[in-house]
Amino acid sequence: MATTLTNELPAGAPVVRPDVTLTTLSEDVSSRVLMRSAPLWWWIGFGLSFALLMVLIVQMAVLFIVGIGVWGVEIPVAWGLAIAEYVWWIALASGGTIVSALFFLTRSPWRSATNRIAESMLLSAAPCAGLMPIMHLGRPGFFYWLFPYSTVMGVWPQMRSPLWWDFICLLCYILMSIMYYYAGILPDLATVRDLATTKPKKIFYGILALGWRGSVAEWQNQRIVYAIMSAIMAPMVISVHSVVGLDYAAGLTPGWHDTQFPPYFFFGAVTSGTAVIVMLTILVRWGYGLQSVLTEYHFNAMAKVMLVGSLMLAYAYVWEAFGPLYSSDVAERTEFLHRAFGFTAPLFWSEKILTVIVPQLLWLPVVRGNQVLLFLISGGIIVGMWQERVVFTTASLEHNYMPSYWGNYFPTLWDWATLAGTIGLFLTLFFLFLRFAPIISLAEVREIIEDEKAK
Amino acid sequence: MAVFGPRANLFMTAALVGVFCVCVFLVAAIWVVPLVDYNSQQQFTPEQPIPFSHKHHVSGLGLDCRYCHTTVEESSNAGMPSTAICMTCHSQIWTNAAMLEPDRKSLAENTPIRWTRVYTLPDYVYFDHSIHIAKGVGCTECHGPIGDMAMTWKANNLYMSWCLSCHRDPAPHLRPKDQVFNPHWRRTDSTPSGDALLVQYHIKTEALSDCGICHR
Repeated sequence: MATTLTNELPAGAPVVRPDVTLTTLSEDVSSRVLMRSAPLWWWIGFGLSFALLMVLIVQMAVLFIVGIGVWGVEIPVAWGLAIAEYVWWIALASGGTIVSALFFLTRSPWRSATNRIAESMLLSAAPCAGLMPIMHLGRPGFFYWLFPYSTVMGVWPQMRSPLWWDFICLLCYILMSIMYYYAGILPDLATVRDLATTKPKKIFYGILALGWRGSVAEWQNQRIVYAIMSAIMAPMVISVHSVVGLDYAAGLTPGWHDTQFPPYFFFGAVTSGTAVIVMLTILVRWGYGLQSVLTEYHFNAMAKVMLVGSLMLAYAYVWEAFGPLYSSDVAERTEFLHRAFGFTAPLFWSEKILTVIVPQLLWLPVVRGNQVLLFLISGGIIVGMWQERVVFTTASLEHNYMPSYWGNYFPTLWDWATLAGTIGLFLTLFFLFLRFAPIISLAEVREIIEDEKAK
Repeated sequence: MAVFGPRANLFMTAALVGVFCVCVFLVAAIWVVPLVDYNSQQQFTPEQPIPFSHKHHVSGLGLDCRYCHTTVEESSNAGMPSTAICMTCHSQIWTNAAMLEPDRKSLAENTPIRWTRVYTLPDYVYFDHSIHIAKGVGCTECHGPIGDMAMTWKANNLYMSWCLSCHRDPAPHLRPKDQVFNPHWRRTDSTPSGDALLVQYHIKTEALSDCGICHR
């Protein structure tokens, strides 16, 4: 262990430690689900998350009763923290799909043990993302007008608007993600059912397992369905996050009207999504004592993904500056100077440091092997990405074409309550996933164990 | 310990089919409920303080719409008749009729009669009677066979789709200026065509279905 902390992993480093066998893996992971009472750290974490969730409930009640004036959004800056955080949350969720679907297609072995954490994270983050635009509607009760039905009004949604594509994308994405999660967890639910000792748990997991018996035909069907769904999900998540980018790019506002936005958003999703998975994996690993299953191999691989993501982001940031400065458009240039040296400058520069410069430490094997540093760097990336979303959302509106239309954005207490509350919702959901579903994909890690034995 | 019996699969399948049916039913209900007259109150005849009959006054006696609805040509509101308008006749005839008691009471106490509204539009719709009259939309286009109603009932559902059905294609709903208040008007061969009337009234159809036409 000491050697792996200081040196690059050797070529034949085990994905899963050799002391893990098929039986110990199943029993170890299932026992976390089946134990009578959760460990103390789970209760503390869940309790704190639940308290934050209550902040969200209070915030939403105030917002719906008083109106969105409780937030700092005003003319000219009508898109504030809520919209920036929508992009931020959906980027975190997208990262989960990238890790679990894209790296399934590449047959990366490290993805097998982390994909359940990634997908649980994604299913916890997607509702937070979905809530933001609904809260941002002046009349949230009418959100169903987004559905393409016209029995009463005789009008259809504006199908040429990216905001509407966004709604359709997000809806399909969440539904697909739920089905993808379920298709993957089905054999594991059967394992938990088989190991359950009490009748209520046998019934609960028995129903969820849909009568899975582990016959060859069932396995074959499950693997085919899972592969097809992965092949759909991987491009889908790219298109979902690109459409989020088009929400901005289709606007004529300086700083938004930019063809690089779709890939730029996607780069952010890769980096911040992987970062949140790294943080959660470190916590789950220590909390549940899964050091043998989640090894240095996984962190090494995910750290490299983050590094690649931050390099792609750096490329996008170069173009973010080059475009306006090279162009002859005065509004574009003044907006960029405002973004980089004006009111939003502190956020702008700390964002660049946190998402591009600090992650360059990941070139060093020592850093990739040190979980404390990994945890801090990942946390920095997530905070940096939040800052990035806030900067490009508000700075462009603060510095629009007409100088008479310039003004700065100040979030209110309720804006911060929205952020804290959705973090509460995210963590509450994640803690529930942690408690009630196997957090490691047993079926796939068993394959890894067999592969390693064969080596 | 067998928890699930041999018929468990059957129950599971039935439950899944049931869930699917419930979902289909809910979607269908969302679609169908607005189309039911009960929801829009179409064809419904509310109680009124005095059982006023348009059939008797308009088709029988030949009163013009504007005799009672005095502001329909100048204002957004067609105007409900004041007690004094009723009394132009009813101070002379049927002066002791029991059903006119609220009318007399209203005059004596100087309080208006509270009619029950049949046609209600939400506040975010800026409907204006005068422009429709000025552009040749007859009363019966929206109020149905009002001249033949013994009690006033709601002839249309007032949904936005119904508004738009005319705003998107107004020509078939137009009539010559002198026929706007005729409750029994029918298009004949000698009537100018809808398109000719569009030109005559200077109606710009391309702007008629803009949001701001009704939601200002």
